[in-house]
Amino acid sequence: MEFVRKWVQVIIGVLTNSSWAFPFTKTIYQGPLKVICAPGLNCYSCPASTTYCPLGSIQQLLGGLRFALENGQHYFGLSVVGSMGVLGGLFGRLICGWACPFGFIQELLHKIPTRKFGIPRLLSYGKYMFLILFVVVLPLVLVDEFGTGHPWFCKFVCPAGTLEAGLPMLFLQPNLRNTIGLLFLNKFVILILFLGWAIFSSRPFCRTACPLGAFYALFSKVRLIKLHLDEARCTNCKACHHVCPMGVKFNESPDDPECITCLACMNKACKFDAISLEIGGIPLAVPDRGLTPASKP
Amino acid sequence: MNQTSHDLRKKRPIRKAPFVVIPAFLLLWLIGVATGEPARGLEQAMQVCLSCIGIG
Repeated sequence: MEFVRKWVQVIIGVLTNSSWAFPFTKTIYQGPLKVICAPGLNCYSCPASTTYCPLGSIQQLLGGLRFALENGQHYFGLSVVGSMGVLGGLFGRLICGWACPFGFIQELLHKIPTRKFGIPRLLSYGKYMFLILFVVVLPLVLVDEFGTGHPWFCKFVCPAGTLEAGLPMLFLQPNLRNTIGLLFLNKFVILILFLGWAIFSSRPFCRTACPLGAFYALFSKVRLIKLHLDEARCTNCKACHHVCPMGVKFNESPDDPECITCLACMNKACKFDAISLEIGGIPLAVPDRGLTPASKP
Repeated sequence: MNQTSHDLRKKRPIRKAPFVVIPAFLLLWLIGVATGEPARGLEQAMQVCLSCIGIG
């Protein structure tokens, strides 16, 4: 299943970045497909990107809200929040595990053989701060003389934007190199820090700073597709604790907002078929190997 | 007592929450579409956002 997940990550990464004309056009894709919401964190200023980034788009719409309202346009970002909400309601953070290119890059970096470290649970609340403050409040409240807010998360934090868009655009358009300043340096340092951290800890950006992951995490209890714990079969052996790339203790918290449904606990750890994947309460594959609570060791 | 696939399917109730949440957000999306937001979003997505990528 891990093999399948890797291929799904690659295929979705290619589908959301399938405009390969950029070496000739020297700019980004500008076609009609950009009306489609990317499920994962995928910068829409990436030269190959064929979809829009929900985070970038919502910040732009909120930043321009005053200006839009003054012109009689009611652009509250409902189409973007609606798209994100439908995806969240269907999949929740399964998207992080299966469809986010930046998550995939972090997973690949984590395969570099070194000593590995955990991430304190407290840091996982950082991503909610970034969602509320950098994605919603600051673009909406802090406006310039024209009444326009800035995309604070994209501008000052987003390492995916630096990797997928900033660096390629500097390569494609040499005249942009003259505009490099502290802003880019700040974002470049953030990118290096997260990529370096990803070698030693699993998915550090997803766990501590990703506002999109924070939004999808809000659907952890109500999403359609999720993992189910059969408490009658669980022996509390804690094998699921050791394989989770997000530090989730699945048997203690089956609806954990950090769960990205990578299925590692179900396929690699649980020998008692206590974990299964379900759609709206209906099991997709029901484990039944004849194990009963009485037959457990 | 051994649990069969059939038993488990019968015992688990269908969760209703996703069938409330998904249409609610679908409605939000439709309202956004009706106000013409996608055209504005497309306009933004078709330009290189220099401040987004930390250059401008």
